Amino acid sequence: MMQKRLDGRKFDELRKIEAKVGIIPKADGSAMFRMGDTLAYAAVYGPRSLYPRFLQNPEKGILRCNYNMMPFAGCGERIRPGGNRRSKEISYVTEKALLPVVNLDDFPNAVVDVFIELPQTDAGTRCAGICAASMALADAGITMKDLVVAVSTGRIGDKLLVDLTYDEEAYKEESVADMPIAMLGRTGEITLLQLDGELTKEQIKKAIELGKKAGQKIYEIQTKALKEKYMVK
Amino acid sequence: MTNLFVKNKDIVVPGEELATGMDYLPGFGTYRDSDKIIANRLGLLSIDGRAIKVVPLSGKYVPKRGDVIIAQIKDITLNGWILDTNSAYSAMLQVKDAVSEYITKGADLTRYFNFGDYIVCKITQVTSQKLVDVTTKGPGLKKLQHGRIIKVIASKVPRVIGKQGSMIGMVKQATDCRIIVGQNGLVWVSGSPKDELLAVKTINKIGQESHISGLTDRIKAFLEKESGKKITAVVTE
Repeated sequence: MMQKRLDGRKFDELRKIEAKVGIIPKADGSAMFRMGDTLAYAAVYGPRSLYPRFLQNPEKGILRCNYNMMPFAGCGERIRPGGNRRSKEISYVTEKALLPVVNLDDFPNAVVDVFIELPQTDAGTRCAGICAASMALADAGITMKDLVVAVSTGRIGDKLLVDLTYDEEAYKEESVADMPIAMLGRTGEITLLQLDGELTKEQIKKAIELGKKAGQKIYEIQTKALKEKYMVK
Repeated sequence: MTNLFVKNKDIVVPGEELATGMDYLPGFGTYRDSDKIIANRLGLLSIDGRAIKVVPLSGKYVPKRGDVIIAQIKDITLNGWILDTNSAYSAMLQVKDAVSEYITKGADLTRYFNFGDYIVCKITQVTSQKLVDVTTKGPGLKKLQHGRIIKVIASKVPRVIGKQGSMIGMVKQATDCRIIVGQNGLVWVSGSPKDELLAVKTINKIGQESHISGLTDRIKAFLEKESGKKITAVVTE
């Protein structure tokens, strides 16, 4: 049985987090979010006009997310650049995780584009991406009812833990499950819940509990980073 | 039980609880969730009596009726021009709202406004679907010639103009430039190349530092140092 985590963290301890807002001056909003060795950049453009025209919705605006791991990210094995099945799925779930907070009624017929790029990855990329994207959306001045925080939870053997690294996700000695969660920062309502592996009902409940606690810490860091951009120096 | 969790001029983020209890009213940039008032924009908090609102620090321009904006001609249609307004929505300028003389059907509209021209125009109508109508009939509304166009963040425009135009007045006085500020964040600057550069630099500085108090004094000192002129029209915050 696993007594200690591979990198010496406690089971409910997050990796070192760094967050910064407004790092891409040309974008309408942008943010960087780093969790250990996982690094995500998010840039937001818009609301801007949407073409081709058949995509437009006259009742409300559209949120478009694009998640991309850079070819050199990960283990160093070169990946074919551009989208693949996985990135398409993560773009989709990211969009669904962010949609509940964004007020789309503000911009009918228009679009807000969110681009998430990951230059370096060590598991938990969709969570880092969602954290960065929600900060970038706020920075872009989009009306949103809350910030979205995301954290991965999981299980190795019978131990539940948060914020898994790649080595933990790929742990061979014992069975592993991993469950990314995205939730609203203030209310804790869940906007994304995926599960890879097996968890019992009790374990899921506990994992969500752990995730919510960790999420609060991330929420504080996000809030601080957003305020820091405008602090008087 | 009424409680206020924030101070006036605090920076707030979406989802931040501002107050509880029914004694305060949610204004722009906030919403009410049962008895709490929550921010839904990133911005500067402003408490005005019982009303709490958030003054945005970022965000794209949203067309509003009555705004005077600077827009660029991007297309010409049968009965008017389509303008780029530096927002998500383009505006329509009808011939009847632009020219007073009689124009025959099928006349060449590029005689008045050509592709790429910048014009100062006023928004006359915005529908719920954000169809925007503008006019160039009115004082100060015209085609812009010479000079250069720069962009500032639309939510900072009131600070660039200042109270009763005090801020932009200072820039005009120090740089001898003619300047027009559109509500959509486009600014037209015209003067000698050196003066234009200083004006552009100053306007960008205002945009970057607008949320920090003592802005007027800082900009005044900056202008006096850079231009070597004494600025007389003193307006303090």
